Amino acid sequence: MSGTLLIKNGHLIDPANGIDAVTNLWIDDGKVVAIGAYDGVADQEIDADGKIVCPGLIDMHVHLREPGQEWKEDIESGSRAAVAGGVTSICCMPNTGPHIDHAGIALQIIARAKQVGLCNVHPIGAVTKNLEGKELTEMRELSRCGCVAFSDDGLPIWHAGVMRKALEYASSFGFMVIQHAEEKQLTAGGAINEGWVSTQLGVSGMPVEGEDSMIARDIMLARRADARYHVAHISTLGGVALVRKARTEGLKVSTEAAPHHFALTEEEVLGYNVDAKMSPPLRTEADRLAVIEGLRDGTIEVIATDHAPHHEDDKRCGLSCAAFGIVGLETMLPVSLDLVRNGILSMSDLIAKMSSNPARLLGLDAGTLSIGAAADVTIFDADATWVVDRERMVSKGKNTPWHGKEMTGQVTHTVKAGRIVYAEGEVCG
Amino acid sequence: MRPLKHLFGIADLDREQIEYLVNLGDSFIDINRRPLKKAPTLRGKTVINLFFENSTRTRTSFELAGKRLSADVINISASTSATKKGETLLDTGQTLAAMQPHVLVIRHSLAGTCEFLAEHLENTGIVNAGDGAHEHPTQILTDLLTLKQTWGSPEGKVITMVGDIAHSRVARSHLLAAKKLGYTMRIVAPKTLLPSQIERYGCEVYHDFDAALPGSDAVYMLRVQTERLTDNCAFPSLREYHEAYGLNAKRMRAAGSDCIVMHPGPMNRGVEIATDVADSAKSHILDQVEHGVAVRMAVLAALCGGQAEEKKPANRKQLSDEAMQAQRTLL
Repeated sequence: MSGTLLIKNGHLIDPANGIDAVTNLWIDDGKVVAIGAYDGVADQEIDADGKIVCPGLIDMHVHLREPGQEWKEDIESGSRAAVAGGVTSICCMPNTGPHIDHAGIALQIIARAKQVGLCNVHPIGAVTKNLEGKELTEMRELSRCGCVAFSDDGLPIWHAGVMRKALEYASSFGFMVIQHAEEKQLTAGGAINEGWVSTQLGVSGMPVEGEDSMIARDIMLARRADARYHVAHISTLGGVALVRKARTEGLKVSTEAAPHHFALTEEEVLGYNVDAKMSPPLRTEADRLAVIEGLRDGTIEVIATDHAPHHEDDKRCGLSCAAFGIVGLETMLPVSLDLVRNGILSMSDLIAKMSSNPARLLGLDAGTLSIGAAADVTIFDADATWVVDRERMVSKGKNTPWHGKEMTGQVTHTVKAGRIVYAEGEVCG
Repeated sequence: MRPLKHLFGIADLDREQIEYLVNLGDSFIDINRRPLKKAPTLRGKTVINLFFENSTRTRTSFELAGKRLSADVINISASTSATKKGETLLDTGQTLAAMQPHVLVIRHSLAGTCEFLAEHLENTGIVNAGDGAHEHPTQILTDLLTLKQTWGSPEGKVITMVGDIAHSRVARSHLLAAKKLGYTMRIVAPKTLLPSQIERYGCEVYHDFDAALPGSDAVYMLRVQTERLTDNCAFPSLREYHEAYGLNAKRMRAAGSDCIVMHPGPMNRGVEIATDVADSAKSHILDQVEHGVAVRMAVLAALCGGQAEEKKPANRKQLSDEAMQAQRTLL
């Protein structure tokens, strides 16, 4: 951990500091000490010639499953999957068992993640006790114990009155509420997007209005409460438009998009593909393009995966009864790099959406390579190609729609607080 | 000639294959009418009817079809099966497949069940006897045989289908067949009983039954499931449904003297169809039932005609390509 690490001749991109140049990055005692020249001797060197060197990626929407469903994922396997994907900080959602609705669980997760020591894990506290949507959790206590935001993700905070109080209470202390926007009365029984694909397959659909109507309601409530409101995994044309309008108005509204929502459409589900089933579901091409436009114009500030590992048994039962969710940590970067290759975003803007932007929203001390900052670094080859093989995924979850697909862009090294935690295909430690 | 490997739905069949199965079914009608109802075609073959949903006519129809062609037929219904003990669908399928039947006939409330099982079962042919709101191919082949007997060919005809289209596998299979065989489907239902973007099948969509009647060559009524009333608020009462979408003698007159009546059964008399219409000379409902046995004989014969050379498919897409290839080669 201590000792000096030199990352040599990489194309260093640090959006927060406006750095975009081929240079050296010097790390000492777990911190960034210099960019360019440094009066010191390197104990260790990484040759980053031809590669991109950027702040360690942040994924603010991850399901780690521990405690409670360790057969799907646990803090160790999730941490390993994260660093294999170049991610050095993750925020884990509270739908564990027990839920992250009291301080003990938050502390337990943080302690366990420190023991594993591969990646920073920041719990997101529940908004309501037992995620029941009735009584608020002790948000101040949860915040003191390390929770960086609040959400009932997996479930919406469906009750308008409770949501109003949640936004008012949370915003009294500057906390952000993250909403899984889904009006269940419109989506009940649905497995995939409602539309031509659901009609052909004979499977119940989840209409876009289920997402849009809840976002519209929440924005009104957030306006009244002057609250910080964040829409999780936005997937619809209407939703993006609502968030854009709210932001134009100056409201403290933000959102994130998951790679699958800007890379894939509902067509992926044809043939009853359970590994393309998640909530919100893959939508139409028009929705996909709207999400991309939202990323381009800044409406969507963050890319987050909604990494949702499941056991084969939870998926292998046909489309209608298969669990919702796909894994994402290990494919986040290459899938997102398409946005750069297609001219939607600059490399710096893309990296910002996976580092400095989520760090700013959540108040994390991460996401930059400023002198003195913790040396969390991701090094990747933007042009290297590889093929996704579900059997070789680091996560316990093998539920990926990209199995067998070629990816362009490969993480070569992940450094956490100056220590190499992933190198050339292997997790270290 | 290579046999059909599976029958998942009308979507996987081309026109030639559909006509082949209908014609083969036509040739089996006679066996069912003989005093001695037995042919040796499937001697030594095993057929398992695995029904996860209640069914009388479809299950009986498949059972008779197999038995009259001399196959050994086993019926398993979900209420008596291992699924009640918590065995997964896949385990049940694999267990039965391990007993080496030639064909599994499956009905399940989840769409895509047959495709899902076929992905994991190697040497067993699978026939879809209805999967959720997805497909019910043997019902459509049955109807097409009935139409062949009545009209010679359905080409250019107009079939007006009325009822719960949203939850109907019969509707979807007919919409697919209509495109392949060149007949028109006129769909009649309130919006609450229509699935999203139904018009993309290339059908006509009506909410007013009376407006859809003129020019109809057949009126095809679907069973109304009363649970839709409470679960989905799909319509306010059976009384109002009957008034708006029930087939009665007056509506039959409006449709014209040549218009025939069809229904896949079971009927709700007095709800979607009035008794006098159901029992009228224009009703082909019992012909449909009779033809169902013949068509299912044809399907089982086509599937059991010899097991195709198989290898375990690497993935779903490859499987469906292979299955389709096998089916095309057959004809």
